[in-house]
Amino acid sequence: MSTLAERAVARTPRRLASRLGGLSDRAIAWLFITPSVLLLLAINIFPLLWTIQLSFTNYRANRPNAPLRYIGLDNYRDILADADVWHAMQATAHFVLWSIGLEMLLGFGLALLINRRFRGHSFWTTMILLPMMLSPAVVGNFWTFLLQPQIGLFNSAVAFFTGADPSSFQMIGDVALAPWSIIMVDTWMWTPYVMLICLAGLRSIPDYIYEATEVDRASPWRQFWSITLPMVMPFLILAILFRAIENFKMFDMVNLLTSGGPGSTTEVASITLKREAFEKWRTGHSSALAIILFVTVFGAANIYVRALDRVKQR
Amino acid sequence: MSGQVGRVLQFPRWLRRGPCETVAMTLIGLGVVMLMQPLSLDLYSYSFVTILVGTLGFVIVSHFPD
Repeated sequence: MSTLAERAVARTPRRLASRLGGLSDRAIAWLFITPSVLLLLAINIFPLLWTIQLSFTNYRANRPNAPLRYIGLDNYRDILADADVWHAMQATAHFVLWSIGLEMLLGFGLALLINRRFRGHSFWTTMILLPMMLSPAVVGNFWTFLLQPQIGLFNSAVAFFTGADPSSFQMIGDVALAPWSIIMVDTWMWTPYVMLICLAGLRSIPDYIYEATEVDRASPWRQFWSITLPMVMPFLILAILFRAIENFKMFDMVNLLTSGGPGSTTEVASITLKREAFEKWRTGHSSALAIILFVTVFGAANIYVRALDRVKQR
Repeated sequence: MSGQVGRVLQFPRWLRRGPCETVAMTLIGLGVVMLMQPLSLDLYSYSFVTILVGTLGFVIVSHFPD
């Protein structure tokens, strides 16, 4: 009975075997990882370096033959003094804060319910997880139909419960309601993800801690505040950071639902970036904005990784 | 091994990884708040520098000894 390694050696062509025979283990390891490293350099690192370089120029992608001029930090100065970009950041903040708040509240509540392991809880867990498994493009598309004032199911449902005329309000077309429509759709889609993380946190709490508090005659309310919440907190922080980073970058769903409209009411940072890059064709300017967003996400990701380490150490 | 321990002992206490990382993370958080706040355009203007200093600081201090 030969081992796997011996069989591999036996099946390696003699010429290749003699060629590889002279290489050290380290050299063979490099041989294997070099294609992945090259691919990573080509599709991640090179575009990043190129974007950084473009952010210091006046380059416009629709005029590739125009002379390229280095303008130093002017693009960064323009963006960081631009009230429109500032308003886009505020729209992003509104979207991120409300969606995360609602997702945490609903996700944690659902996790507490599912954790009770009632009859048919696995079926309900699967049902709750369904929205998370859909592509944001699909979600954006079908919610556009659901939120149509004339034919949309959402308006009909609101009309059924409130008695209002279904076509009396437009979720996507109204300046006041459009930001809430993207918050609602994001909450619908990503609450299950938060629920999963909270459920993992709840299941990691040992039963003997609850048994000890029952011996001490602690009320369920007291158990929640003194045991459940503090022990799930690292998981909640993880979920908050992850969702904050994802929502800060959110593009596809918002683009499909509102495209930043009406006007610029739902123009989050990534939509501004797209408009600058592919509608106004200010490539250098939009590269600088992309770098600002990248550094922000990179900074937040560092905090996320540190929080993840703390959860792992628990 | 003993050299490494000696190096850690020589390292100033206030320059250890833990407190420095906390300062860097605070700067990043402060920068993100400055970037998204609706109160002052000046704060927004200085937000990127704050985030950049925090992020670069975090990358550097994460290599300091514990």
